[in-house]
Amino acid sequence: MKKISLAVAAVATMVSSSVVSAYADPVDDKLVIDGQEMITRAPAPEGHPFKEVLSGWLFREPETRELEADSFQNSGMLYVERGQEIWNTVEGSKGKSCASCHNDAAESMKGISAHYPKWDADAKRPINIELQIDKCRTQNMGAEAYKFDAPEQKALTTFIKYQSLGAPVKLDLKQGEMQSWWDRGKKEYYTRTGQLNLACASCHEASMGKHIRADHLSQGQANGFPTYRLKQADMVSLHNRLRGCIRDTRAEMPKPFSDELMALEVYVTWRGTGLSVETPAVRQ
Amino acid sequence: MNLAGILVAASAAAMCGSVAFAAEIAPTDVKFEDYAVNASLTGVAGNAEEGAKVFADRKLGNCLACHENKAMPKQLFQGNVGPSLDGVADRWSPAQLRAIVSDSKKVFGPETVMPGFYSLEVGINVRKDLVGKTVLSAQQVEDVVAYLATLKE
Repeated sequence: MKKISLAVAAVATMVSSSVVSAYADPVDDKLVIDGQEMITRAPAPEGHPFKEVLSGWLFREPETRELEADSFQNSGMLYVERGQEIWNTVEGSKGKSCASCHNDAAESMKGISAHYPKWDADAKRPINIELQIDKCRTQNMGAEAYKFDAPEQKALTTFIKYQSLGAPVKLDLKQGEMQSWWDRGKKEYYTRTGQLNLACASCHEASMGKHIRADHLSQGQANGFPTYRLKQADMVSLHNRLRGCIRDTRAEMPKPFSDELMALEVYVTWRGTGLSVETPAVRQ
Repeated sequence: MNLAGILVAASAAAMCGSVAFAAEIAPTDVKFEDYAVNASLTGVAGNAEEGAKVFADRKLGNCLACHENKAMPKQLFQGNVGPSLDGVADRWSPAQLRAIVSDSKKVFGPETVMPGFYSLEVGINVRKDLVGKTVLSAQQVEDVVAYLATLKE
């Protein structure tokens, strides 16, 4: 039933976008979730191509925005609930759950995700929440790493990021070699890929605010991931979305969590500095 | 006819096809002069009706992804990343349109977003099955140019 009503909502969104507001600018609206106002506009950090960074929420249709603003309607909250169950479930040879060490996530994980990806001294590379979970599972729990985009990986990542809802994104580029990964990610952002010869910047910088078909091009921010996508009627991870964008340029897709995509995640996340973590955001 | 027979017949037909288009200009041999490509890519006149189909087809030109075209009011979700194509034939000659469709970067410069539809100067890591292939065939470009030439205000 839920899926059907969401599909109807998605169709309604598509129809209204063509009729009502095909050329709408990012809206002037406030996103308040459970009484907490999200930062959807923030002054851009130094060295950023834009003056102001904008949440993708501002580019979506009213119906889609409303779904995110109401936690009872937001299907992403089901993944938060599932993630909480996983957080408290013992797994692996050492008989531990996440909670065995980290106790109540509402306290121990509060604000943490706003600062990921982080430098990992052991791996000598930046890691995101998914990789941090895998590190804990393999090293501390005696459990296996999740397969990419396993439902459990998406649910637990969503649950952990949700504990930072509202916290402004801020990476520490002084840790380890974060700066050189940022440099690499920036280079990738402006590198055209595939037969269609498009870079991230072609759509999300040069054409931001315009439409490709029914898609209102946002700044391509990462602050809402994992995000509930009406098009897929499912939770979508950041690396899934990055790969999808690259695939749409008719290029070979990089592997999830590869150096290539981790560098891009570092850079793209930085481009959203100051925006609230919105996980689980709702997008079209 | 068994399967092998069908395959032989099909590949023979494909070879005949390539012979028929022997006069075609290869993507790397297209001559851009003063922001125009004067010579037809195939020597076969473009068909505007076919061009309209290629123009709208999401798997071929998909031109409406980025351009509005009031001549196709039934096509929903027309994009605006590029300029509207209403009256485009009043602004550009067929030779200029051929240049823009084949490789817009030769006309508008390297920063333009528009893909080259008959060019092998493409992005990195091209999907393996598309390496060495252009988005449109030479004749499809000619057809699209013929269609664009009808868009007058």
